[in-house]
Amino acid sequence: MARYDRAITVFSPDGHLFQVEYALEAVRKGNAAVGVRGTDTIVLGVEKKSTVKLQDSRSVRKIVSLDDHIALACAGLKADARVLINKARIECQSHRLTVEDPVTVEYITRYIAGLQQKYTQSGGVRPFGLSTLIVGFDPYTGVPSLYQTDPSGTFSAWKANATGRNSNSMREFLEKNYKETSGQETIKLAIRALLEVVESGGKNIEVAVMTKEGLRQLEEAEIDAIVAEIETEKAAAEAAKKGPAKET
Amino acid sequence: MECVFGMVGKGFALVVADTSAVNSILVHKSNEDKIMILDSHKLMGASGEAGDRAQFTEYVQKNVSLYQFRNGIPLTTKAAANFMRGELATALRKNPYMVNIVLAGYDKETGPSLYFIDYIATLHKVDKAAFGYGSYFSLAMMDRHYHPDMTVEEAIKLAEQCIEEIRSRLVVAPQNFVIKIVDKDGAREHSWRRTTKD
Repeated sequence: MARYDRAITVFSPDGHLFQVEYALEAVRKGNAAVGVRGTDTIVLGVEKKSTVKLQDSRSVRKIVSLDDHIALACAGLKADARVLINKARIECQSHRLTVEDPVTVEYITRYIAGLQQKYTQSGGVRPFGLSTLIVGFDPYTGVPSLYQTDPSGTFSAWKANATGRNSNSMREFLEKNYKETSGQETIKLAIRALLEVVESGGKNIEVAVMTKEGLRQLEEAEIDAIVAEIETEKAAAEAAKKGPAKET
Repeated sequence: MECVFGMVGKGFALVVADTSAVNSILVHKSNEDKIMILDSHKLMGASGEAGDRAQFTEYVQKNVSLYQFRNGIPLTTKAAANFMRGELATALRKNPYMVNIVLAGYDKETGPSLYFIDYIATLHKVDKAAFGYGSYFSLAMMDRHYHPDMTVEEAIKLAEQCIEEIRSRLVVAPQNFVIKIVDKDGAREHSWRRTTKD
């Protein structure tokens, strides 16, 4: 097996591209990221490590704008993310220049996935070690979309998804609790999913909300308020569970 | 016969351009918008070869947007002017862009500013600027009546006087003009001065 993971261009006998799978491992070690699609809102949430006290947190933006109507969050190697994000931003403007229209979410996702795939089929290079969550509104139909790409270059649309650390637990939670939401409810659902695996508190989560008007990064105080709301709802649900049992 | 001119007032900058698209003796249209809104606080009036004008101004606009996405903050007017000049200079000795530009912008720290950029990559920061045959008349008018810190009303009145002068003295004067303004509230269209409906 060791012979088949040296160069990216080599398949193993049982059909694996080991470098791609190792890249997926790198993603699994990255910080948790979640995306939830509502009817008029799409929410991206990313885990923030709070151990770095001296770091200026404003210089580490984990949810970025690619264009006025498209945003991206990722899990994995952040340096690789910088390169992909830069190329995607250029493509967004280049598309506007050549066809005088903004990109659709699907177009830019296909572009990023295509880039990631290219690096799984070249000599002497390694794949990008990150999975992205791309959100936005279609500029013509106004339909909200959430897409995910991964190091192999595959992409697909999702109603809600998670990537990075503990993504399986978050995805399980979303599968159990997902329903069509809008506005504040979508934000709450995203934060609830993130809180399953992240320490509670506004300083451990970065949340951004995409509406037709554009991307809005939530302030720490706002996130704290929503987290508090979620906690009281949880406590009420717990009490309700215990309550009726006492009566019988 | 394209006319573009601009001036700086108190807390704002104005750009006026004719709106004719002409080929030899044929007027294609009289409502061609030659003043591009680069970003929220920048205006760019351009005159010259029509294809080069569209190509160059759109290229600059997309690069200004890209800068904003990459860096999280918009370019200053001065930086945008120098970027344009650099692009024109680079192309000059290979395949020059035949475009003359009046760039007006408003920056929070430095207020309104106006830049004169001609097709051979001359760059000047100025209070009033003009291009084309109309410049003979509008510059003269502005030299006579312009003073620093004009109000919007005074500047519009001066612009109207320039347009009047161009209309009466230029042999093939453009039919319609558009006036755009940029101030602390952003760049926007102000008004039109028409003689024909299109």
